[in-house]
Amino acid sequence: MTEPVIVAEGLTKVYKMGDVEVHALRGLSLTIDRGEIVAIVGPSGSGKSTLMNILGCLDLPTAGEYILDGERVSALKDDQLADIRNRKVGFVFQSFNLLSRQTALSNVELPLRYAGLTSGRKDRARQALTAVGLEDRMTHRPYELSGGQQQRVAIARALVNDPAIIMADEPTGNLDSKVGQEIMDLLLNLNKERGTTLIIVTHDPKVAAQTQRVIHIRDGVVDTETEA
Amino acid sequence: MSLAQIIIESLESLNSNKLRSGLTILGIVIGVAAVIAMLAIGQGAQDTITGEISGIGTNLLFVFSGNNQANVRNVRPLTMSDAEALRDPFAAPSVENVAPVLQRNGVSVSSSAEQSNATVTGVTAAYETVRNYAVAEGNFITEEHNLGRASVVLLGPELAEKLFGRSQGLVGETVRIQGQPFRVIGVLQSRGGGAFGSEDNVAIIPISTARARIINRPGERVDVIFVQAVSADVVPQAAEEIAQILRTRHRTEVGLDDFTVLTQQDFLQVAASITGVFTTFLGGIAAISLLVGGIGIMNIMLVSVAERTREIGLRKALGARRRDILVQFLTESSLLSLIGGLVGIILGWLIAMAVGQFAAASGTPFDPSVSLSAVLLATVFSTAIGLFFGIYPANRAAALEPVEALRYE
Repeated sequence: MTEPVIVAEGLTKVYKMGDVEVHALRGLSLTIDRGEIVAIVGPSGSGKSTLMNILGCLDLPTAGEYILDGERVSALKDDQLADIRNRKVGFVFQSFNLLSRQTALSNVELPLRYAGLTSGRKDRARQALTAVGLEDRMTHRPYELSGGQQQRVAIARALVNDPAIIMADEPTGNLDSKVGQEIMDLLLNLNKERGTTLIIVTHDPKVAAQTQRVIHIRDGVVDTETEA
Repeated sequence: MSLAQIIIESLESLNSNKLRSGLTILGIVIGVAAVIAMLAIGQGAQDTITGEISGIGTNLLFVFSGNNQANVRNVRPLTMSDAEALRDPFAAPSVENVAPVLQRNGVSVSSSAEQSNATVTGVTAAYETVRNYAVAEGNFITEEHNLGRASVVLLGPELAEKLFGRSQGLVGETVRIQGQPFRVIGVLQSRGGGAFGSEDNVAIIPISTARARIINRPGERVDVIFVQAVSADVVPQAAEEIAQILRTRHRTEVGLDDFTVLTQQDFLQVAASITGVFTTFLGGIAAISLLVGGIGIMNIMLVSVAERTREIGLRKALGARRRDILVQFLTESSLLSLIGGLVGIILGWLIAMAVGQFAAASGTPFDPSVSLSAVLLATVFSTAIGLFFGIYPANRAAALEPVEALRYE
């Protein structure tokens, strides 16, 4: 399978900080194939987070072309971007970002609600939670779960809508190494079973080593790529 | 997301900070309760006043000397012969009966034991039917009493109670009015408080006696002429007939009547406009507190948006559109004010009832009425306040950039 799910050409992002223009990305290009597991690494200030935001459709590039799963994202409006995020991107954050007042089940259900689904939401959320091994924790709230379990809920939430890509930003950063490895195994397993493209932004060389391809970002461009 | 889902989520979110939500709701509760209570009390006051005016009698007219509507010089006073002329069945076919009256307030009346002040009214025999008085014991003033300037008196029950400590078995007793002895020939039935003060603290004597001995007026003057129309329907005709007769007798110029004929309708209109102003005034003040409550909602919603910036960012990352966030926060603010409105309606109703009980306990029959329109108005208005004051914070939440919001600590 060599069909690309992500095609980015000459991505440029300029932030205005007062009078100073900060060039976070300087014409970055990259292609990621469907089903790939990719790590994006780089020192802080390299433009790694900016790249993740753009690839996750949270932000638009100042210039350049970004095509996600056949959609020209760089031409979209706010609400269309929200729709793309909802259908094509699953996010996993370092700090889990679960809604603390709601149960694991309704946290996982949330993207389906924004997708406008009226029926079958609970079933799909249950399936997703079962897929991450939390079938007996569905009605627990985040504060009743361990860090690893919370991240599993977040992963279930990311995959409940069958997205084209899962963007994981330091998914093991807040976990100890044992639990972190469990989370990595889960992500890799999901990729194997479902063929979901996995993009992991990380500092951790051990995490990067488990992916198929590592993209090093430096000064807003791709510095080197290493294939496993 | 379905509306039910949004409402459940909003309630959960409000529930997660009970004290804060409660205090915000309290602001609206106080505002709505004040509006409801004030409108109810105003309405009750209006009902009471119009009820009392209606109690005067629907076919009663009042004729006074003087005219506020026009600048009239050389006002001729009303006299006994004016009253006599109104009784003419050909010139005034709509008039049933005429009762001229002399009246003075705060006249000293005493028994052998007690002394008190009362309203002394000099009347003719017709007064009983025209004003619809009933006698509890004894008899009313007769024509003979008037012809003979008899020193006889009927006591109101309140006055009788003050002077004798009872209101029965008083016929034959003697009271002194301004020091002059009068024989009690009867006691009136209680009429309660009226539009013109208590009608029970009165002493009724023959008009001729009053003129000669108590209320000195030059000539044949009278203070008021009460006129009873044949029926309530012909009150306007009666008023016109009375005016025609008096114009002829007083030789007034056109449009320069030197007397005033008032009907119950006139009093009702005046009373309604006064209580209307009163109610609007009270309601307006109460509405200000509702406005303050609305500002409280806006304040709390702004705090809530700031606190939940990360949550908003996350929701946006998961696919929430501007509209979703907007609706979520607007629902929260509207729920705050709607709950406040509902509680406020109940509280306002209780306050109005309490005021009614209090008034009843102190002897004024007064029934505050919470009207359906006031309840609807308060509900709609409080929800609208929640929406209005929620728009700005909700817009701020909806306009947040997902990247910025997610990074927010």
